[in-house]
Amino acid sequence: MKSIKKLLSFTFIAVIISMMAACGNQDGNASNSSNNQSDNSGTEGSIVLSGSSALQPLAAAAAEEFMNANTAAQVQVQGGGSGTGLSQVSQGQVDIGNSDVFAEEKEGIPAEELVDHKVTVVGMAAVVNPEVGIDSITQDELIKVFTGEITNWKDLGGADQEITLVNRPDSSGTRATFVKYGLNGAIPVEGITEDSSSRVLKLVNETPGAIGYLAFSYIDDSVTTLKLDGTEPTDENVQNGSYPIWAYEHMYTKGEPEGLAKEFLDFILSDEIQTDLVPSQGYIPATKMQIERDAEGNVTKK
Amino acid sequence: MNSQQSVKDRLTKKQRFNPELKGKGLVILSAVLIILATGAITIFLGQKGLQAFFINGLSPLEFLTSSDWQPTRAEAQGGPTYGALAFIFGSFAVTILAALIAAPLGIGAAIFMTEIAPSWGKKILLPIIELLVGIPSVVYGFIGLSVLVPFLRDTVGGLGFGLLAGMIVLSIMILPTVASIATDALQSLPQNLRDASSAIGATRWQTISRVLIPAALPGLLTAVVLGMARAFGEALAVQMVIGNARSIPSSLTEPAATLTTIITLNMGHTTFGSVENNVLWSLALILLIMSFIFIVIIRYLSARRKY
Repeated sequence: MKSIKKLLSFTFIAVIISMMAACGNQDGNASNSSNNQSDNSGTEGSIVLSGSSALQPLAAAAAEEFMNANTAAQVQVQGGGSGTGLSQVSQGQVDIGNSDVFAEEKEGIPAEELVDHKVTVVGMAAVVNPEVGIDSITQDELIKVFTGEITNWKDLGGADQEITLVNRPDSSGTRATFVKYGLNGAIPVEGITEDSSSRVLKLVNETPGAIGYLAFSYIDDSVTTLKLDGTEPTDENVQNGSYPIWAYEHMYTKGEPEGLAKEFLDFILSDEIQTDLVPSQGYIPATKMQIERDAEGNVTKK
Repeated sequence: MNSQQSVKDRLTKKQRFNPELKGKGLVILSAVLIILATGAITIFLGQKGLQAFFINGLSPLEFLTSSDWQPTRAEAQGGPTYGALAFIFGSFAVTILAALIAAPLGIGAAIFMTEIAPSWGKKILLPIIELLVGIPSVVYGFIGLSVLVPFLRDTVGGLGFGLLAGMIVLSIMILPTVASIATDALQSLPQNLRDASSAIGATRWQTISRVLIPAALPGLLTAVVLGMARAFGEALAVQMVIGNARSIPSSLTEPAATLTTIITLNMGHTTFGSVENNVLWSLALILLIMSFIFIVIIRYLSARRKY
């Protein structure tokens, strides 16, 4: 009986201590989980990345390769969404904040304190259910479809099917990009709203008359990708500027990056990663872009 | 001498640390921690949830009565609007609809287990119902998305996503809650109620419908309200099947959204401290207030229980 009590009080104290430790950890600059295995070459220490789920697969893959080269380093990649990434990096909770959008576009973020690193580019395309029967659309028609002016595919020369919109949540980076560059800012009318890209793909594939929008990396043969004004949504067309619906993937640091964060950013922007890992994960290398775009959407030739 | 000394030590030590006091302290500590946690959550949510109105200056009346939700609309197009009525309506609609299905089924199962076939009914039916509790909500949602939604699309029409799908998934999820608490309520009825009813010549169904159900009514209602509380707060499974449209649906087959689904859909994309983020906290505050109301109803019903 006595031993049970002792055990209980011990567990109690242990739980409280670990809770306090966990709380204290949050604002630490991730330097406490230091690595003791210094038998290998490379940088030591650890950094944490959080934010955009669109960038997460690439960041995780790059982190893995980075850690293979520098076994003493710890790079932890978390998701959470662009808003979370920007908030956490500006509050110093993580070393790098991943975002689909420019920090200037998000309210409540001190953009002047953050340094932008455009690590890659993501192209996005409108996709439809294969039975819809069209494979090309003009931007004008696309806006009419998403604003509810056209409600049946037969008006666009397709099958006699009602149009069903599959949207992303209001604050999603993919939606913001598609609305800005695909719909010229027109607000989509109501439809089904789905948070994850893979579920959007599944829905468009299964629902008759459905149209949605996806990053290139998620698109497969189960849906029909629409040409926009006759231009194929391909990596080349994004790079030479003829296809407009794309966005940078940003990695933000608070102030100029230092130490491990700088090394990791240099690594992800290196030729090796940009020409090899980036395309294999379905992204477009930022270094190969022939045009540049700023936060206001002004495009300039590089 | 030495061993005598150690025995003496142990005895005096035991007296110094009174085990009664130690036990009491431990229990009080747990109680205080729970009260502190609940209090802290309430204060935090209250403070965060009211920020949208006090700091960002949104009108609470508009927030509660308008169904125009455009948090990211540009200034040129009329600026952002935050009207949560459609989500409040959606939450209540799926909750009440789910309760309408789960209440008769759950209470029926409880009557079967306690009155009709107490021995084998309880041995087989109760474990089956309890099994439903252990299934994680994401699994319900995934089954709903992969099986129920296509089925509804092909049979009922529409998109498959909507109130109907949400209502069916939720009713299965809250069924075990309703059934097990209703079983307890019926079981706690004294045997002499049944005996007295039989003695004056009532049939079994008359006993159940005229004597047992009225007598157990507060307990049965508690079961339904607890189920509704669970349905009201469920997010994941509902989000996967309801379609998350921001308008008030005009039929069961139209997509809708609930308070919880809008919070989970948008929380990660918004930045801390922005208006968009603050209104999500306001939605969370509504959920907290609603769960307080559910608890008050349950307290009121429990106070009326006679058995």
